[in-house]
This record gives sequence, C-alpha cells and structure tokens, in this order.
Amino acid sequence: MSATMNTKADVTGVPSRRNVVLDVRNLRVHYETPRGDVVAVNGISFKVYEGETIGLVGESGCGKTTAAMAILRLVQPPGRILGGQVIVEGTDLLALDEHELRDVRWRQVALIPQGAMNSLNPVMRVKDQIGDAITTHDHHQEPRALKERILELLTMVGLPGRVYDMYPHELSGGMKQRVCIAMAISLSPSLVIADEPTSALDVVVQRVVAQTLLQVKQKLGVSMILIGHDMGLQAQLVDRIAVMYAGNIVEIAPVKAAFAEPLHPYTQLLIASIPSIKERKPLKVTGGLTHDLRNPPPGCIFQFRCPKVMEKCRVVTPPLRELKPDHLVACHLYNGASDEEHRNAAYVSTTSGSS
Amino acid sequence: MAIVPPEQVAPPPEPAVVRGGARLNRWDSPWLNPRLLIGAAMVLAVVLVGVLGPLFWDATLARAASSPLNLPPMWVAGGTPAHPLGTENSGRDMLALMIAGAPWSLRVGLIAAGVGILVGALLGFTAGFMGGWVDSVIRTIADAAITIPALAVLIVIAAFVRQITVETMALLLALFAWPAPTRLIRSQVLTLRERGYVQMARLSGASTFAIMFKEMLPNMSPYLAASLVGGISAAILASTSLEALGLGPTRIPTLGMTIFYSIQGAGILRGMWWWWGFPIVVLVFMFTGLFLIATGLDEIANPRLRGAKAP
Amino acid sequence: MSQPLLEVRNATKIFGGGFLASGTPTVALQNFNLTITEEPATITTIAGESGSGKTTLANALLGFISLTSGQILYRGQDVATMNRQQQIQYRREVQAVSQDPYAVYNPFYRVKHIFDISIKNFRLAPNKRAARELIEEALKVVGLRGEEVLEKYPHQLSGGQRQRMMVARAYLLQPRLIVADEPVSMVDASLRAMILDIMLRLRDEQNISFLYITHDLSTAYQIGDEIFVLYQGSIAETGHTAEVIENPKHPYVKLLIDSIPVPDPEERWDTDMRLPSEEELRMHADSGCRFYPRCPYRMDRCLEKQPPLYQVDSGDHRAACYVYDGSQPMPDMARKTQERVDHVNPGAV
Repeated sequence: MSATMNTKADVTGVPSRRNVVLDVRNLRVHYETPRGDVVAVNGISFKVYEGETIGLVGESGCGKTTAAMAILRLVQPPGRILGGQVIVEGTDLLALDEHELRDVRWRQVALIPQGAMNSLNPVMRVKDQIGDAITTHDHHQEPRALKERILELLTMVGLPGRVYDMYPHELSGGMKQRVCIAMAISLSPSLVIADEPTSALDVVVQRVVAQTLLQVKQKLGVSMILIGHDMGLQAQLVDRIAVMYAGNIVEIAPVKAAFAEPLHPYTQLLIASIPSIKERKPLKVTGGLTHDLRNPPPGCIFQFRCPKVMEKCRVVTPPLRELKPDHLVACHLYNGASDEEHRNAAYVSTTSGSS
Repeated sequence: MAIVPPEQVAPPPEPAVVRGGARLNRWDSPWLNPRLLIGAAMVLAVVLVGVLGPLFWDATLARAASSPLNLPPMWVAGGTPAHPLGTENSGRDMLALMIAGAPWSLRVGLIAAGVGILVGALLGFTAGFMGGWVDSVIRTIADAAITIPALAVLIVIAAFVRQITVETMALLLALFAWPAPTRLIRSQVLTLRERGYVQMARLSGASTFAIMFKEMLPNMSPYLAASLVGGISAAILASTSLEALGLGPTRIPTLGMTIFYSIQGAGILRGMWWWWGFPIVVLVFMFTGLFLIATGLDEIANPRLRGAKAP
Repeated sequence: MSQPLLEVRNATKIFGGGFLASGTPTVALQNFNLTITEEPATITTIAGESGSGKTTLANALLGFISLTSGQILYRGQDVATMNRQQQIQYRREVQAVSQDPYAVYNPFYRVKHIFDISIKNFRLAPNKRAARELIEEALKVVGLRGEEVLEKYPHQLSGGQRQRMMVARAYLLQPRLIVADEPVSMVDASLRAMILDIMLRLRDEQNISFLYITHDLSTAYQIGDEIFVLYQGSIAETGHTAEVIENPKHPYVKLLIDSIPVPDPEERWDTDMRLPSEEELRMHADSGCRFYPRCPYRMDRCLEKQPPLYQVDSGDHRAACYVYDGSQPMPDMARKTQERVDHVNPGAV
C-alpha cells in the first residue's frame, strides 16, 4: 500500500481531534403533502472533521439526500427546513441571508448532486462551465490565469487537457462525472458533499471515479461527505460512516468498526445483507420500510423492524450516545445496559442469525 | 427489560398526522382543479341557458316581427322589462336570440372538433404504430394541411354553396380540424409505445387494438381533451366568422348571423350597441370557459401531477 | 437426450447501417451461443456492462427486436418461423421481469390490471373467482397478500412490492423461462435479497429457469449457476458462476472483478494501480478481439479475428482469448495485470 495513501485517521480508524469543518446540530426538514407533513430529516446531528471522509448511508427515502441539500439550504418547496444549525467554520448557514450564503456555497462547501453528470449544460464547453463556476463564486478572473486554473483542475481529476474544449456529449459518463468533481473543488472548499457520485457508472469506470475522489482528497486535504447505498464503495472510501434510517441517524462509527462490529440492529441488518464476492453464503432476507413517513411512531424509529425491540423502545426515543471513542449509537440496548444485554445485542453473524 | 420476539411486534398505531400548510389540505384529486371547474361551469351555463331557457322565456320571440322594433335594453331609457335585452330591426327579441343562438355555436364547434379528432385519432394511431412510409406520408400531409389558411378557403367554398346548413358548415370546418389532433396523437403514440407498461401488455399477449385503446388511450386522455376543447374554440370562431360575413345558414338565429344582420342593418351607425354587443359577450364568455377548461386539463397532463413514486 | 428448452445459435444483431439510416452500424451482439436445458431448472447469468449487448439479447428473446442473423430455437422451433399457435405458447412460456418496477405499470389502472390482462389473453381462468384464486396463489409465492395490494395504484406501493408483483405475474403464467433484466438494480439493497430469494425458490420448487441479466457480479455470484460475461457484444468468458468469478481467466473479466469494491475496509483497493483511461475504456477494435486496445496481453493475431472460446481449467469454463489456445505457456496473470498496464500506456492519462 502506498505510504501517502491516507491520513492518520486510517491507521487507527479514529480521526484525531482536529478542526471541525462541519457541525450539524438537530437539523430538521419536512416535506408538505396534502395529507400531512412527511418527516424527512428528524433532528440529525453529526460532525465532520478536517481531512476526513464520512459516509452517509441508508435505504432510499431515509433522508440522506434531503440532509445534504439542507446543509446547503438548497431545499425547495414543498420541503422546508424547520430548525437546527449547520455550522461551517464558525458560521451557522441557516442563519445567513441569501447574499452571505452565496459566499459560503461553493467556496467553503461544494456539492456534487445526484445525477450531476446529466445536468451539465449541453451547449456549453467544459471550459466555460468550470469557468462559470469559478467566476460566479469568486471574482472575475484574468483569462490566462483562469485557463491555467481550469487545466490544473482537469489534471487533478485525471482528465486529459483536451477535455477543456469539449462539449459534455462528447464525454463518457465517467469523464462527465469527473468534470463535476473538478467544478466542485474549483474554489478549494473545505468540504465537498458527493451524492451518489458513481451510481450510474459501469463497474470499471466507477473505480476510476472513486479513486479520483480519493486522490482529490489526498492532494487537497478536503473533507468529504459521501452519500450512497453501495456499502462496498463506502468500505473503500470513507473513514467514518453514518447510518440513517427514516430521517434519523442511528449510528456513527469508524468504518472498520461499523463493518466488523455494527452495534445498532439496523446497521447489523445492513451489513449482513451485503452480497459478497468472496464467498457464497445464503441470502439474508429482510423487510423494507414499515411505517408511514408522515407519522413517525413515538419512541425508537426502528421499532417495527427491530429483531431486538423492547418495551422501552416504543416509548422513549433513544438518544445518539457516544459508546466508545467516536462510535455513537442510538439504541436502548446500550443505554446503561448490563453486560448480559450487551452480549445479547452483539452482532450475530449471518450463519446463525435470523431477521 | 424483556426482549420482545419479532412475531409479537404490534401493528403501527393510528396515524397522528402532523398538520402541514393549510393551503394544501383541500386538494383531494388533481381533477378538482379550479380552472377546469370554473371553465366547465361556464360552458355548462351556456348549455343550460340553451336547454332550459325556452322554459322560462318565450322562444318564439326569436322570430322576426314578433316584438316591437329597435327597443334598447330595459335599463336604458325607452326599454321595457318585456324585452330585457332589447330588440333588433326585424322585431326579434335579443334575449330569445341569445337563448336560441348560443347552443348552436356550441353544436357546430362540437361536431367539427369531434369529427376532426376522430379522423385525427385514426390517422395518428396508424402513423404512430405502423411507422415507416405510412407514417411519413400521413405526417407530411398533416404538416402541409396545417399551413393552409382555413378561413380563406372556407370563405371561397362557402360562397359557392348556396344553401348551407349547420351540419354542412360543421363538416366543412372539420376538413380543417383534423391535422392538429393527428400530429398530437401521433407524437403521443410514439412516446407511449416505448413505455414499460406497453411492453408488458405485449408480453401479456395483448393485441394491438387492446394496447391502443386500453393502455395508451387512457393515458392520452388529458391531451385529447385539451385538443378537443381547443378544436371547439377554433371551430366556433371560424363558423362565427363565416356567418358574420353572411356565409352561414340564413334561417338559423346563430350568434354569427345576428352579428351579420346587425352589420347589414347598420347597427353600429344607428347606435344599437345591444344588437351586436350581446352576441359578442356570449361568445367571449364561451371562449373564456373553453380556454379555462383547456388550461385546467393542461395542468392535469403535467407529469408533476401524475402520481409521485412511493419511497 | 431431451431437447434443450432454449437454444441461441450464432445470434448477431447489428443496428443501423441500413439504406436509410445514418451513422456507422453498431454491432450490438455477435455470434452469441447459449443453451438452456429444461431439466434441471437453472439460473443463467448474463453479465456485462453497458454496451455489452445484454439488453439486446433480452429484447431479442422476448420478441421485441429481430436478429440480423442467427437463430433462437425454443423447444427446437425457430422463433422467427413459428406459427400463431406456437407463438402464443412461446409468449406464455417465456416471460419477463424488467428493471424498472414503476414503468411497467399503467398509471391509469390499479395494479391488478397486469394480472387481468394476462389471465384474459391466455385464458387462464374461466371466471372471476377462479382468476382471483390464481392471483392470490401467485402473490403468496412472493409473500404478498391480495387484499393488501391488488386494489392499489402503482404509486401507492413501494418499489419492492411492485417488483415482487412483477415476479408474481410472471409466475402466474406458469412459464418455463423467465428473462429477468436487472430485476434488483432499482430496488433497495435491503429488499434485493428477498427478490433474489424468490427467484431461487421458483427455480427449486417450480422448476422455472431464469436468465438473469445484470451488471452486478455480487448478486450474480450469489444466485447464478452458469454465467456468460459479455464484452461489447461477444462472450468473453463463460462457465460455472463461482468458478468464473473466483478465478477469472479473460483479461477483461479479471479487470472487471478487480474493480468491484470489496465491502471490507480491511481490504482496500491498491490505489497505486493505474487504471485504463476513459478513451481506452471506450475504444474497441473494429475487427478481431474487442478488448485489444486495453489488453495487457495483446498480440498481433488478436486483431485478425475474434478469438473463439477456449477451454480453460475444467468443466465448462471457457474464455475467448488467444492466450488460452494451448500453443504457448500461460502467463501468470495475477502479477502481470498491474505491471503491464503501466507499461503499455505510459503517457496517456
């Protein structure tokens, strides 16, 4: 393995206590529908440290994309941000006005939205699109300096110089996605949010793009939130992983711990249902979302699907508590429980487990 | 603390819905769209006036020499409540004329647009399904037909036909009403042909006709309805224009003929604004109603309203 | 020896290139051969990325497109020359489950419409009650209850439920073969296992064979019996699924399997390995082996003619690569892939 591969974070799986780049506190987002509000994001809190990549995973409808959009205040009606704080380098984004916010967007926090590669302007050349991104959020650039900057960005994402003059339709999916990555890092933000950056790509191209993200992270020291549902990709790319279920974060853990010893029953379910390419084992069958998102039950959000549910779970919402260094879980199994119950809650491997 | 085994998981409790914005609560169905409803009400009002009007007002007053001549509407000096909207120079009562005339215009519109859409559907489906040279031929003819100035040609034709009836006029108008529906339906067929559910129907052994009528047609209905409504408007306008020029059926008191007579009888010069004014008001009312229906249907056809995906 | 259920012989499909069409012709599928026996039921995986021809194959099998050359034989009868009676039988015995669980439902009707048209057109039930019983039985197989789902509209059900209903519909027709085109790619990860499990049970309990078309080798690994890996219209490698995936021989297949992210943070990708550039990924040779521009083992003869499938290892494991024609010693591919890629493409990015 290359010595320059990852930051100190990777060695122990625990990021050192460095600066906090993003501090999300109790973020809440609702979607209004004719029959009541859908609780899309139900008061989530998490931190992103300098230089780390944190993964945000969950099944579709769990609110991960909504959370990403809310961080940048890009939520459109009928969605509404109800409350919380999104603190970037000391400033709460949710308290800024539109003008101040535009300064922060792209310069401090950038977004690669889902399907970004299909949203490139088909009638503008790559150089103009990246140039636009730069001049909109930074001041007007001197043409030669701008060109050099764009070429530098293209090199950083592994694209050949001639892409500069090309139109999006002349590029393949992976190349377009890398153009989007280049746009996101063009102003050297401290945080990049990538929403399913490789989902529509072929397997080999996916690896190329994923490794591009890694390279970018190493060279620029930028923090990243990687949203996705491909656990394999998460295992390869992230330092810590946050698991969301129906609008709530149920577990945040260093990635190795999350895979080896998932604590929350939902995370356990998720890890167990990953198909492996290494060994053939019987498929673990699980159910899907069970409650109406308009109507979250009192108590734990996961109670209808949890194989280890208790009476307390139906009444009291478990808080997200730090159980071990940097490993947070929201589950009553670990709230002042005895050793006995810890053992009961321990991750049961697929060969003997049941759902 | 006991651990409840999965089988005993209680069912979800009764929904305690978090109330959202009040403005969204009244929306039960996309079909209850305000524009559509108002427009439909307006057109329905015209129909009702035509159907129920004779029950309340003597329809025979629409005949010539049935009433005093040249009376202004009752709120103007010289008018009488016996003829609330006034009369014209042949002794016809304006209110009776409106009651008799308005439904005729709608009828013409309906027949012309109806025939137009039927022909359009036939050609459009054929072109869309069969593709190849059949499609090219139909498409070219339709595209060319659309560019022909309908009114000019109609004027020429109507001038040659001596005794024109309402039905003849409707059919003449239908000659020009088919190209737009043909193009619309053809493009819809081309789009829907590739949809998953059409392929699924093929896999389920459905015949081409079943696919056309059961699978595609229901999904095309908002577009078809909007096209029909647009066609009715255009036909009413064209027929009224022909009549106003004197090329319409002379014995039927349509709105257009009333306008024609008012021009003939120098209604403008004589200051008898009620003669040509009320027909115009009724026409505007009808067009507005039809337009609102079309806009309302437009909103329904908008994909935004066509069933959001479940999580 | 009983007749195979389905036999595809030298199927080739070329798009475009006709008199009126513009652009160069695209060879979507080339000389594809496949045999599926009736007993025992099997799950055959057709794996490939976009442009590999797998969707073209599916469409040809389902009768949506016709082949440029080659034959599809169902129970020995050429599909293109079947009479009406045989066509109906073919339609019934070869069914499909498609990728998008939403688009296959007509949004105008309730979901039971899909059952109704099948039952009506294939005359599966004499009256409504019998029809309802058939539907309930089919739903039971996929773990759904009629009263819960039948009267709903498509947008009121979840993706997993819709996809399961698709499978139930296919099952209802008592097919011999189900062509499943990416049946789980648009379904959530947690529900995939359920649907794949249904497929396994249909194979074991109902003797229904599957043609599982996918780009996801992990799921293929879990349920496939045989596998065909396609690359740009031709078979690159074929054999028993476990063996091909654990021990790939064709250079492309090896690259493919290496690129799958392993869901284990302890086993991370070697980021020093230089990957082929985008152009290389899109290029293909016009004649001969299509993988030539990217292949670390390419030789001159690879450009002359598309290599046939050579036997590698035991059993049915075959790879279309001249390296295996037995005439030269086989290189140790495990080490070579990385080094050779660096050497072959030094300057290009």
